Amino acid sequence: MVFKARSLSLPERSRFKVPLLPIGIALLAVAPLLLYPVFLMKLLCFGLFAAAVNLVLGYGGMVAFGHATFFGGAAYVTAHAFKEWGFGAGSGLMIGVAFALVTGFLMGLIAIRRQGFYFAMTTLALSQMAYFAFFQAPFTHAEDGIQRVPRPNFLGVISLSDNMSLYYFVVIVFLLGMLAIWRVIHSPFGASLTAIRENETRALSLGYQVNRYKLTVFVISAALSGLAGSLKVLVFQIATLTDVSWQMSGEVILMTLLGGVGTFLGPIIGAALVLTIQNYMASTAVPVTIFIGAAFIICVMLFRKGIVGEIDSFMRRERVSGWSGEEKVELQ
Amino acid sequence: MIFGVPLVALASQLVIGLFNGAFYALLSLGLGVIFGLLRVVNFTHGAFYTVGAFAAFLLTTRAGFSFWACLLMAPAIVALLAAVLERALLRKLYGLDALYGLLLTFGIALLIEGTLQLFFGVAGQPYQVPAILSGTSNLGFMFLPHYRAFAIGISLLICLLTWLVIEYTSLGAKLRAATENSRLLEVFGVNVPLLLTCTYAFGGALAGFAGVVAAPVFQVSPLMGANLIIVVFAVVIIGGLGSITGAIVSGLMLGTLEALAKVYWPPSANLVPFAIMAVVLFLRPRGLFGKGE
Repeated sequence: MVFKARSLSLPERSRFKVPLLPIGIALLAVAPLLLYPVFLMKLLCFGLFAAAVNLVLGYGGMVAFGHATFFGGAAYVTAHAFKEWGFGAGSGLMIGVAFALVTGFLMGLIAIRRQGFYFAMTTLALSQMAYFAFFQAPFTHAEDGIQRVPRPNFLGVISLSDNMSLYYFVVIVFLLGMLAIWRVIHSPFGASLTAIRENETRALSLGYQVNRYKLTVFVISAALSGLAGSLKVLVFQIATLTDVSWQMSGEVILMTLLGGVGTFLGPIIGAALVLTIQNYMASTAVPVTIFIGAAFIICVMLFRKGIVGEIDSFMRRERVSGWSGEEKVELQ
Repeated sequence: MIFGVPLVALASQLVIGLFNGAFYALLSLGLGVIFGLLRVVNFTHGAFYTVGAFAAFLLTTRAGFSFWACLLMAPAIVALLAAVLERALLRKLYGLDALYGLLLTFGIALLIEGTLQLFFGVAGQPYQVPAILSGTSNLGFMFLPHYRAFAIGISLLICLLTWLVIEYTSLGAKLRAATENSRLLEVFGVNVPLLLTCTYAFGGALAGFAGVVAAPVFQVSPLMGANLIIVVFAVVIIGGLGSITGAIVSGLMLGTLEALAKVYWPPSANLVPFAIMAVVLFLRPRGLFGKGE
């Protein structure tokens, strides 16, 4: 039995397209009237994070287990820039993204030398190394984290100190991030990436520089994860070790998996679900890891395509008669 | 004095290094055996180690069993747990992409650790070293704690036994045959599904055994395995998955190097395994002992 690293069996592109965009924007605009804005902002940050991870996981077909490094690392850098260097909101976000981009490049360079679960283990181990590095670096204040980070103005004049104005700022950054992801997926680059995911050997034989594609998508995903992490600092005014831990890397994979790997909106829905349940769990004595673990098991055993993926294939089944709609089951 | 470090300090750090290395070897051995046959990267391995330690802790404090009894009973309990998990869950994923197995075992690990946390909290529980092993010997250049020497010895003995079984018994031959071509082996009338269950249980038992041996030195806590398993992954990548010698040698080597780092530059100790892993990946992506794919 020869094992070949294979991509996850994924649904193709989501059917939910443009008509949802105006509805989505309208929903985002009125949402803070109905729900607590800080929770909504948290959701947007993690939604963007999960969507960024989905780029690598769903469209690149690589299980990356180290994205907490980019998310939490960018958070540390941005928090430090806000607090110690007096950076503005825009430049603070940018330096966080730049940090994530560089670390993503370095981690990607090493990790893409192996495929499949070797890739997963390598990213995990490298991010654990980054965890210890952050733990020991003086500027992160180890277990205390960087606390009471100020919320600087955007472009010097636009105040983000109250939650409502910050909310709309976060919405705009979130939408820009999602737009970037949309562009990546629906570009020739994205199409090549899908080809590599589906059959790496064939793509290689067609002359694609497979590793270059993989590295590029890894770096883009790292940078966007960094954006999400930096944004989170603006919202919560704190950067801690939790954000760089491997548990965080696992949590974000769960969000993506739950919502639907390789779907555009799945990760956001997955993030909303996980955060809502976490919120309820926080008031009980039951450790959150029980829920996260159980959700992983249920998801992998029962609906591997995730919520959006299952709905998607259900709708296709309705539309196309005479086709069973079953996704191909890959046998060893 | 060796490079400015007193011999006594260096020697005792080396013993600690070998001690840790023995755990790395035991755990990466189990991971390797499971991976070789089931093609599953067993994330639950760290949790098995934790369950082994907790089983020993509970058997001793609640039921009064001796350490020696626990050394047999706790791995058996872990093996049973592993067999049930394999039959109920893992088995259903064999036809699918191997990464689902990784995600499933990750979920199981979190569930087990969370459940232990619910009942025992995150604080560590002490576990007594058996009286007969509690002393130390003066070797002239250092003090050797008996328990650590025992732990290193018995871990290496188990590694050696595992190696002998896989290389020289008919069961081991079947195991190796299944790794090469499980379908053909099934045609020859070997019960391969049973073999898979047993392998997973055996790998789990090795981890559980490591947990019992670790219990008297490290505190018994729900997260003891979670942090260890990531280092073990690095060991496995360095050694090359599927190589038994690779698992043992790189486990011991990494433990020793970690100890040396602790002596010469303490802040780097936690980073050493991962830094070595990165270097190995760069120079020899398939691992030091790995065969080409």
